[in-house]
Formats: sequence, C-alpha cells, structure tokens
Amino acid sequence: MSTMSAVKPSAGPEPYVSHASLFETAKRYLTKTKSQELLLRSIILIFVYLLAFCIRLFSVLRYESVIHEFDPYFNYRSTINLVQDGFYEFWNWFDAESWHPLGRVVGGTVYPGLMFTAAILYKVSKFLTACIKLRDICVFTAPFFAGNTALIAYLFGKELKDMETGLVAAVLMAVVPGYISRSVAGSFDNEAVAIFALVTTFYLWVRAVNQGTIASAVLAAFAYLYMAASWGAYVFISNLIPLYVIIMFVSGRYSRRIYVAYTTFWAVGSLLAMQVRFIGFNHVTSNELLSFNGVFVGLQVWEALVFLRTKLGTKQFGQLLYLTAVAAGAVGAAGTAILVLSGKLNPWTGRFWTLLDPTYAKKFIPIVASVSEHQPTTWASYIFDLHVLVFAAPAGLYFCFKRPTDGTIFLTVFALTAIYFSGIMVRLMLVAAPAFVLLSAIAISSILQSASKELRAPAAAETKTSPVATRRGRGSTSNEENITTKKSTNLIILGLTFLAMWSYSSHSIWVTSEAYSSPSIVLISGWGPHRVVLDDFREAYYWLRHNTAPDAKVMSWWDYGYQITAMGNRTVIVDNNTWNNTHIATVGRAMASNETEAYKIMRQLDVDYALVIFGGLSGYSSDDINKFLWMVRIGGGVFPVIKESDYLANGDYTVSSRGTQTMLNSLMYKLSYYDFGNIMTEHGKGTGYDRVRNYEIGKKDIQLDHLYEAFTSEHWIVRIYRVKDLENRF
Amino acid sequence: MVLSAIIGAFSDEYKKSPVRVKVLDAFLIYAVATAGLQFAYMILVGTFPFNAFLAGFLSCVGFFALTVCLRMQVDPANKDFAGISPERAFADYCLANLVLHLVVWNYMG
Repeated sequence: MSTMSAVKPSAGPEPYVSHASLFETAKRYLTKTKSQELLLRSIILIFVYLLAFCIRLFSVLRYESVIHEFDPYFNYRSTINLVQDGFYEFWNWFDAESWHPLGRVVGGTVYPGLMFTAAILYKVSKFLTACIKLRDICVFTAPFFAGNTALIAYLFGKELKDMETGLVAAVLMAVVPGYISRSVAGSFDNEAVAIFALVTTFYLWVRAVNQGTIASAVLAAFAYLYMAASWGAYVFISNLIPLYVIIMFVSGRYSRRIYVAYTTFWAVGSLLAMQVRFIGFNHVTSNELLSFNGVFVGLQVWEALVFLRTKLGTKQFGQLLYLTAVAAGAVGAAGTAILVLSGKLNPWTGRFWTLLDPTYAKKFIPIVASVSEHQPTTWASYIFDLHVLVFAAPAGLYFCFKRPTDGTIFLTVFALTAIYFSGIMVRLMLVAAPAFVLLSAIAISSILQSASKELRAPAAAETKTSPVATRRGRGSTSNEENITTKKSTNLIILGLTFLAMWSYSSHSIWVTSEAYSSPSIVLISGWGPHRVVLDDFREAYYWLRHNTAPDAKVMSWWDYGYQITAMGNRTVIVDNNTWNNTHIATVGRAMASNETEAYKIMRQLDVDYALVIFGGLSGYSSDDINKFLWMVRIGGGVFPVIKESDYLANGDYTVSSRGTQTMLNSLMYKLSYYDFGNIMTEHGKGTGYDRVRNYEIGKKDIQLDHLYEAFTSEHWIVRIYRVKDLENRF
Repeated sequence: MVLSAIIGAFSDEYKKSPVRVKVLDAFLIYAVATAGLQFAYMILVGTFPFNAFLAGFLSCVGFFALTVCLRMQVDPANKDFAGISPERAFADYCLANLVLHLVVWNYMG
C-alpha cells in the first residue's frame, strides 16, 4: 500500500479531442512528408496492380473470355472435376477418357496447385455471392496472380535494397513481356500461379536469411510447397538455394543465420513438398534433388566440426578430423555404391539432361525436341521479351557487386543461372524475367536516387566528383553518391531514364497486344471490313460433342487431345500429357502408313473417328502437314518400319507432284487433302493450290477405302473422318 | 587410446556449457537414436510403406535440425543472433515443430 499523496490522483492526461475540420485535418496530414510518401506509395502500388491486371486483358476484349491454347483446357477440365466431384475424387482421379485403352492416373501425375487455386477462388466468390462462372474464374486467374506477383516484387525489392527499388521492381514486373507471354487472361496454365510462387519463395528465402529466425524459414517452406504443387520447375528452386548456400560458404560469407534458414527450409519444405502425389518419394530419392539433400548433410557436418573444435584442443581436433574423414569416406562410398547398384537412386530424367546439354533432346528424345516451346532462344527473343531490361540488368549486377549483401548475392546467383537456362529453351525465359526485373530495378532505382539527390537538396556542398557524367559513381556518401553535382547533367540523366521507361512500357503494351494475346482457338484474319473470324476449332469440337456416340474414340495428333476431351467430351487416344511415347508412336505410325495399314492399327486401337487439322484452304500454318515430319520421326523412333527418308524427295519435304509415293499415299496426306483437288483456292492458280505450302498438291483425286468424311469445318481447318466397320463377308 | 583422450578432453570442456544447452543436447541425442533405430528397422524389414518410413525418419531428422537451430539461437556464446530473444526463438521452434509433426502425421498414411 503506497502512501496517499496529497494531490488527487488523476486517471492520466486528458484525451486529446481535435476540433479541426475534416479539410484541415487532411491538409495537416498531407503536408507531412511521411504521410505523403505513404499516400504516394499506396497510389503507385494500386496503379501497378491495375496495370498488371488490365494489360493482360487484350484477348478478352478482342475475342471473348475463352480459355486459350491446349494445356489450359486440361487444367480447366480438372478444375471442373475438382469443383463438382470434390477433393477426394480429384485427388484419386483416374481418367478413362484419354489415352484410350490405357487411361491416365490424373491424381498422381498432375501438379494440382493451379486447380486448387482456381477452385478456392471460385468457392470464395460463391461465398461472397458474386456469381462468377468457373470458366471466367479460370480465365482471370492469371491476371489476378500477375498483380500479386508485382506486389511481391515490391516486397522483394524492399528486402533486397530499399523501398524505392521495390517500387521500381513492382512497376517493371507488372508489364515485363517475358512474364505476360504466359499469363494473359485465358492462359490458365501452371505458370500463371507458379511464377507468383517462385518470386514469393525467393522473397521469403532472402527474408529468412536476413532475419535468421525459424518462423520466417517455415513461411518460406510454405511458399516452396505452393511452388512444388504448381510447376515442375520447383527443382530450380531446390537446386538454386543449395547452390546459394555453397557460394556463400565458399566466398566466406557463411553465418549461422544461413544454417538456421536452410535447415528449417529443408526439413519442413521437403516434407511439405512430398505431400504432392506427383512428387512423392522423388524428393529424397531422385538425383535432381541430390544437392538439396546433400547440402543439408554437408551443413550438419560443418557445424558438428565447428562445435567439436570449440570443445577440443588443436592437436586432438586434428586427430579426430583424420579419423572421421577416413570413416566417413568409407561409409559414404559404400553407401552410394549400394544405392546405385540396387537401383534405388532414380536417374536424372531427360528433361534435366536437356537443360545441361541442349542437343540432347534432338538426338535422343524427339518428342521433347518437337515441342515448340523447347526450342533454343534467339537473341531477338531477349529484346522482344525484356526490352530495356536487357541493358539495365548488367548495370544492376554492377550495383550488386559493389555493395554485396546476403540478399543481393542471392539475386546474382539466381540471375546468372536463370540467364543460362533461358538461353536453352524459350519457355524458360519466363523464369529469367523476374531476375532481369529485380536487377534492373536495382540499377534504375540507384540511378534515379543519385540523380535526383542533387536536385532535391541543392546545398552549397563542394563538388566531389568530376563533371564527367559517366554512369559510375565515385567516393561514397550516405545512400547513393552523386554522379555529378551539375543540375543540368542530373536532369539529362533523369530525362533519359524517363525516356527508357516510357519506351519500355509502350513496347510492352505493343508486344502484348500484337504477339501474346491470341487465344489460338479462335483466329482472326484481315481487318476492318475484310475481317474474317475463323472459329473452326470450336465448331468441330462441338460437332463432335453433339453428333457422335458418347463412347466414340477420336484419334488425332497429341496436340489436340486436351481440347477434344474438354470441349468435345470424347475419349481420345493420345493427348498433350505425352507420358507414353510408344502410344504416340503408334498413332504417328498410323498417320504415316498407307490407308490399309493404318486401318489395321485403328481397328486395334478401337478408333471411331480420325481428326486432322488442315491449313491449306485458310492459310493456317500450324497444321498437321507441317507437323507431319515429327510424326514420322516419333513413329520411326519406335517402329523402324517408318523411315524418314521415305517421305523426303531428295532430302526435301514436299507434298507436290515431286513428293514420294509413300508420302502421297500416307493416311495424313489423304485425310488432309481429300476433295481438295476440286477446289480452286486462288485466282490464276490451278485447283488444289495449297495456300500454306504455296504449290499445287501432288495427288488430286483421292479415294478413301476404309474411312469416309464425316465433318469438315467452315474453312476446312478441322476435318473429321469416320472409320468404317469391317466389310460384309458375303 | 587416442580416441579415449579425445573423448576425455571433450567431456571436460562440455561440462562447462550452460544447462539449457545440455537439455537441448539430450533431445538431439534422442532424435538421432530414434532415427538410427528406424533406419536399422527399415534395413531389416524392407521399405514397404516407404511413405511411413520417410515420415518417421524425416520427423526425427527434422526435429534434430530444428533443435540444433534453437540451440544456436539460445546459446549465449553465439553472436549471430543478437536481435532474437530466447523466448522468441522458443516460440518459433514450437511453431515449426507443430507444422513439422502435422505434415508427418499426414504423410504417415
């Protein structure tokens, strides 16, 4: 009990009640620099989000809200299955509608992250009574996540350097064409959410290394789970992070924070990733993740040695080291030998070898080499997809090296590996885009800060550097040193940067509008009053849906499998999953053989309809005749009776009258050009003039014995033939 | 002979570490022993429900890793973790263990 004081105890200071008006309060807050900065930052981030979302909407405005390309149709069908049949049905789904006699275990061979994301968005919107159709949710998932990626890029830039870098990173990430290419509205593919997961995992990893707490590493592990559930490129993360640890170790920057971050990430992340059925045991047994597990073991060994050294004298430590080295070497060698000989260690898959040796796929796995996205990247693609960032990124590398921190070293390792891999496959440009964005953000932000510093505070400071306006600063002041103190030079630098940013954004918008916004399933040719919309694909698939028996089986090349099952709702023989090369080779052999041989194969496979894509009348150049050589190569890879040289006339691939008999008698030729010899396609040319190949076809009167024409779409792009039953014997 | 001298020197030096570190070390030894037992059992009986083996084994290894991280953050001799109080480290450790064991439970099947 304290003594009673003479003064009446008060309950505390009087609460402050402001009598100022709303206008005066607003003015008072807005004149403070801190709130101005907060307001500016929020407005910038809101605009960045809107920009990232809206720039991806070209195809929705021009065509309609439709799912693009091929793979997204499978993802859409899976999402429908998940939403309608529930989680357990989806997780254990066996799809009997594709790969006809074999079926496909979808539950165990799909990355479910995207489907779960779309299903959750759908359920949330239903809960909020916003009645958005599932198809629209799927179409707009990618722009939604692109906006999220821009915000995460802001956080990442803030973690790497400072808030200004974060803002520049968010702006660059919103419109970088390399990312837009796979995340437009309608492109409902794994990359739509996987790039978000990738950038988030890297951001949380750098944050975990900077903070060194266990909780931040657990958060990074959850982001890694999202990445592992979404895309096969999770192995990039699980090889990059151990590589980073090794580099930090070798360069002498190892600290206990890295140990805490990495071991927690490994322990929690491995177990979380193994919950995805497709990954399963691969996470500990596969060679692709050897470094991920190996670095964990290495870190334990290192820390154990450090611990022992603090407890023992030098001589005894040396003896112990020798004994353990000998013992560990023996055990390690024996263990590896046993595992390899007993076949427990899974070999590296072909996909992995392709990344190290770009010519591997062309020699050994033609089906991997035939995918258009796996072709090597050209120089032009870099400028097309990254524009100004190609020049700003090396500048960013310079800034990273000048003042290396844990985070910027990680960014350097990420950028260099991403650039290397992006040179191998066009598809991996997507992974390099965030690296370029962050490096460029560092460079641009540093330049802007140092140039505007002098303009902000025109103090009477003595000129420190020479007036030569090189882009390298000298000396070191508080945050960024001045390049020069001359106001005019700084203004010129600011002006040039503004010009670069303006041209970058207009280039990005142009690129998105011209190159990356076509749905592939609807084509538009001509413009103005001569505009023609070619909706043949959907016309044909819906014909299949409405006019064939529900258990009819359709044989086509694997490119169209997903679309046929999703839109036509019919069973297909092969589809884009390409998991069974022999089955695809069988279809390739059927397409490449003459009609009688092909009929035998089609009877074996139980085929009711054959579908081909033909561009000769409309000028559509991605048709099956242009893909035919790949069918021959893949078929010939398994069935030596199909020889590529039989289809080439003097090494030349042609379907004109110079073409070989094998080519002109093949099923593909017959199905594509049936009845085409009677059509005049262009003025002044003969009948049967192929508008893609630009010559007249070789054989014009084609007789089909075992099939008859069931359906041809309006512009002859999709042609469907019914396989006849066996002849009556009497 | 050499080995016993090394062990003697090690245990003399080790006795001087604080109690909380020794408690954590006891947990570490327990985790390693359990992992070793599971591994030996797997070698004897075969890997059939491999997910169950992995779940058990990795729960021990994960627990070991997390406890080592806690030990580092709590050991007063370590200067790397200046900003993290032992209470915060312990709370993080509990959270991470919760996540780890929930995932292990899911994976055991």
